[in-house]
Amino acid sequence: MDALLSSLSFIALYGVSYGVVLFTISIGLVVTMGLMRIINMAHGAFAALGGYFAVSLMNAFSVPFAIAVPAAVLGVALFSVFVERLFYVHIYTASELDQVLLTVGLAYIAIAGLNLAFGPNVFPGQLPRLLTTNVDLGLRTFPAYRLFLIAVGFLLVVALWYVFDRTSFGARLRAAVDNRTMAQAIGINVPRLFSLVFAIGCGLAALGGAIGYAIFPLEPVYPFKYLVLVLIIVSLTGFGNIKPAVGVAVFVGVVDTACRYLFPSVGAFIIYAILIGLIIHKHAGIFTRRSPS
Amino acid sequence: MTVRSELLERHVFRPVEIIYWLLLLAAFFAFPSYLSVATTVVIMSLFALSLDLILGFGGIVTLGHAAYFGMGAYAAALLAFGGFQEPISATLLAGLIAAGLALIIGPALLLLEGLPLIMVTMAITAILFEAANKASWLTGGDDGLRDFSFSPVFGLFPWSVYGQTSYLYAVGWLAVLFVLVRRVVSSPFGVALQGIRENRARMKLIGSPVVGHLVRAYVLSAFMAGVAGALHAQTNKFVSLEVLSIDTSVDVVVMLVLGGIGRLYGALIGAPVYILVKHFAATWSPYHWMFIIGALLIIAVRFVRGGLLGILGHIGAWFAGVGGARKS
Repeated sequence: MDALLSSLSFIALYGVSYGVVLFTISIGLVVTMGLMRIINMAHGAFAALGGYFAVSLMNAFSVPFAIAVPAAVLGVALFSVFVERLFYVHIYTASELDQVLLTVGLAYIAIAGLNLAFGPNVFPGQLPRLLTTNVDLGLRTFPAYRLFLIAVGFLLVVALWYVFDRTSFGARLRAAVDNRTMAQAIGINVPRLFSLVFAIGCGLAALGGAIGYAIFPLEPVYPFKYLVLVLIIVSLTGFGNIKPAVGVAVFVGVVDTACRYLFPSVGAFIIYAILIGLIIHKHAGIFTRRSPS
Repeated sequence: MTVRSELLERHVFRPVEIIYWLLLLAAFFAFPSYLSVATTVVIMSLFALSLDLILGFGGIVTLGHAAYFGMGAYAAALLAFGGFQEPISATLLAGLIAAGLALIIGPALLLLEGLPLIMVTMAITAILFEAANKASWLTGGDDGLRDFSFSPVFGLFPWSVYGQTSYLYAVGWLAVLFVLVRRVVSSPFGVALQGIRENRARMKLIGSPVVGHLVRAYVLSAFMAGVAGALHAQTNKFVSLEVLSIDTSVDVVVMLVLGGIGRLYGALIGAPVYILVKHFAATWSPYHWMFIIGALLIIAVRFVRGGLLGILGHIGAWFAGVGGARKS
């Protein structure tokens, strides 16, 4: 009985913390795709940049974790505005294929660039001492790092809910997601909103990369390695919906962890099978979204 | 000329095409020491052509076409291990196995559009990759399958060390399937397919069985991809997990886009350019060539509509314009 409880709590905690990192990376994509209607295959590259940025600050300049992570988020967010102005503005009205191609091209360049700058192997980062300790939760002890991730996820959900549901910025954003033309007609500066939201989305990806590097190791292929899972979460969540994203990401994290833990020989692809079924079930025909009217 | 016949005759044979096929034969005599790269080029051309049928003509954006290529490759290798060593029938069978997979997946998959479609194609290929990785008793897992062999082609031409047989054998398959694809896209079915690409909703409204058409094209495309995979296994005598990887799926899309989509010859021109760039840049560094491919993709989207064939078309139109101006 104790062994069962211990296993269950292991799956719950590891699964949820894994789901939180997935959520942090995916929510940025949910927001940008919701507003801009672009398929961004380079989103993982921004997460990778965030991770590399934070870890190199910590390794090279011994900047503390608590400063390196926000610095990475800000740095990547600023950089993303530059990328958006240079490349993304040209594909907002292009076909899906063009969007996929251009963003895959950007991801390739990111992979080659990361390899050039940091080498082809996993880029090792140390966690701060506080997060490497173990905390006794009664059933068994858990690394403080996992609890930290869950706490960050919880704060993030609250913050996002507040910004999107309770501020004027959130209202303008939701208006532009639902009906871009109408939003523009009532005086919302949609192009500027695009840049801002793109920066927020990429900053969130960078946050995921920067806090998650102990679960998702930093390596040049990072931009593609976790992309399938992130994109699946996005297509299950739908355009611009934040609330389902939490549930979907945590579900993916827990189910994937449970399958890998309970059935190590087949675990990795059970989650894909479940998700494919869910996607086909959800979109029998078109990418459904709440009708604007 | 009526609109109908213009649509049906858009992809008829033109004399200038002979140049391409002569070049393929010329390569056989000109580069005897590069025949293994040339064989890869021909096989990837066939793979890209299979993608052109669904992406260029049906408008189905997929990042998972490696599923069928890999299926064909593993099927051919396993058939050879099982004692089925006659190459042509083994290739046909491998293609049919890949087509069978497409027939199972297609009807549900092709209800999707846009991002969900791309995701599911990627996820299905990821599942197959994982399955092939885990089922090492069947597929050799990470080590792949090797040391299988095939009987001589037509019972006459043994598989030589220098790859002459492999090359001509692959060219033969490409030629036969190219003629088939040209027939398909020039048929009323092919025109309906292009209609779906242009406006799915309108085709549905005029009563065209949209999903049925797409499934038929998808299955045929999977068959061709399976044949290309089987040729890959037969000519390399080696199959590794790479045939099912996301890189293979992305590679084939990039090849097609570089050449020009929906033009048949785009696949046949994009594949050699891509493989030669990759071949020479990869000897420099396995990662650096991604810079080049990434930059090519961005240039292709931003500045060059229709790939290399699009550029050739523009140059041709410019010359025709100059000639026409002189005449008048």
